Amino acid sequence: MEILKVQNLTLTLDGRKILDNLTMSVTAGRIHAIVGPNGAGKSSLAYTIMGLEGYRNIEGDIIFEGESIKGLSIDERARRGITLAWQEPARFEGLSVRQFILAAAKEKSTDAVKQALERVGLGPEYINRAVDKTLSGGERKKIELASILAMRPKLVMLDEPDSGIDVMSLENIFGAIKYLKQQGTTVLLITHSPVVMEHAEHAFLMCRGEILEDGPMEKLLPYFKGNCIPCRHKNQPELNGEFPI
Amino acid sequence: MSKDLSKLAGIDDVLHDPETAHLMINLNKVLSRNDIPGIEIQTEELSDGVSIKMVVKEGAIIKKPVHLCLGITHTQAVQRILMDIIVEDGAKIDIFSHCIFPYGGDIKHIMNATAKIGRGANYSYIERHIHSPKGGIFIDTKTKVSLGEGARYKSDFELLRGRVGEINLDYEAECDARSVVEMTTKISGSGDDIIKTRETAYLVGEHSTGVLNSRIAVKDEARAEVYNKLVARAAYARGHVDCKEIVQGRGSAQAIPIVEVAHPKAHITHEAAIGSVDTKQLETLMARGLSEEEAVDLIVSGLLGA
Repeated sequence: MEILKVQNLTLTLDGRKILDNLTMSVTAGRIHAIVGPNGAGKSSLAYTIMGLEGYRNIEGDIIFEGESIKGLSIDERARRGITLAWQEPARFEGLSVRQFILAAAKEKSTDAVKQALERVGLGPEYINRAVDKTLSGGERKKIELASILAMRPKLVMLDEPDSGIDVMSLENIFGAIKYLKQQGTTVLLITHSPVVMEHAEHAFLMCRGEILEDGPMEKLLPYFKGNCIPCRHKNQPELNGEFPI
Repeated sequence: MSKDLSKLAGIDDVLHDPETAHLMINLNKVLSRNDIPGIEIQTEELSDGVSIKMVVKEGAIIKKPVHLCLGITHTQAVQRILMDIIVEDGAKIDIFSHCIFPYGGDIKHIMNATAKIGRGANYSYIERHIHSPKGGIFIDTKTKVSLGEGARYKSDFELLRGRVGEINLDYEAECDARSVVEMTTKISGSGDDIIKTRETAYLVGEHSTGVLNSRIAVKDEARAEVYNKLVARAAYARGHVDCKEIVQGRGSAQAIPIVEVAHPKAHITHEAAIGSVDTKQLETLMARGLSEEEAVDLIVSGLLGA
């Protein structure tokens, strides 16, 4: 069943087409990866689906559970069940981890906060810490993921979920992603990492604002590793005739 | 009357604890007090206020915070508080001052305070205001603090409940060698509130340290003017000024940071941020389902520690 459909989506920023007539269909309940080089428009696509400021003046449409969400604000989209984790999570001076997670949580209890933290490998000692510069980037990333676990969204877009995460903690992140799927959440992993891509079931290959191909992860992973990563023509797919998909 | 004030201040239990010193004042009357060993408190009722002299004896460690409750339960009144505190060498005291003005109208609270903190002594002062939501309150507070060698002083001023009205805050500290001063002001203004704060510290002793923090939020037509001055005049003096102001609606804020270094081995840093709520913070919370208003409230409450 399709949960999200992006139809002929074009986003132009400062006269440059960031997303170019992009169309994609996302099946519910699966882990998808959107892979591509830096500058391909992966994060912009996620920001546009979330409706962030500066990413709302679009052509085309975004259909979520059969209805257009193009005209909805960020919070209205979130209340429909869509959410986003940033590559570099925000800092909140004075706001405790507990307050931050509870703000998103479906179940407003300290136990729910503790469970969400545990899922990302953080202990209860984090509950009263502030979500500010006293936490490392990796810790804030885990706390953001914990807030999403507590939110129980229908669709989550995780932008570079491994960035800033130490090798020891990567398993916690992948475990949390698997748990999201088990809870029925559709996951979109935005990444340029084959390691992250391996945790998806399905992938979209993105280049210069377009989806070039999509299919089972096992099919696209070798192509991505062999052709996209060493590609000399980043975001110029028309020049990449030597590697036809 | 004393019940009203203690209830608003949330210190009912404290007033019945024989081991906790307290002094409760309504306008110019001392309503109740409890003295404990190690502190000498003298009060004098004036025609328009109260004069308080407090001495924390040398080496005395006051384990439980001393509570001062300064209230006005009138709708029209002037209260003048004169407060002199001496914290003798090696002593330690925490004072929690509750300033309760629940019935605004035409209320003036004027405070002139001095504090002398002896060598190696430690003094922390928390001042929390609870004001009427109607406004009509004028606050004028001047505090001068001198820190002896190795002394520590920490002040936290907080006005987050009720309308500010108009407030002029002026804190000044002079720091001897190896002493540490940290001042924090948190105020939330709305309506046509006027907020003026001055925090000044002179680091005159070697290895002295000063931190000045301001966290101000203004909305509606409220105005804020925040003046922070940190002067380092001795070798290895270190300091930091940190000012954050969030402006919403037609509110306006001005920050005037002055950092002055008059010794080649001293060092002071400064950071200031004034403006609307950070977009990324706002969008993160909205992406979790909070409305814009709920998200702003949460961000501001975090910043102000409310």
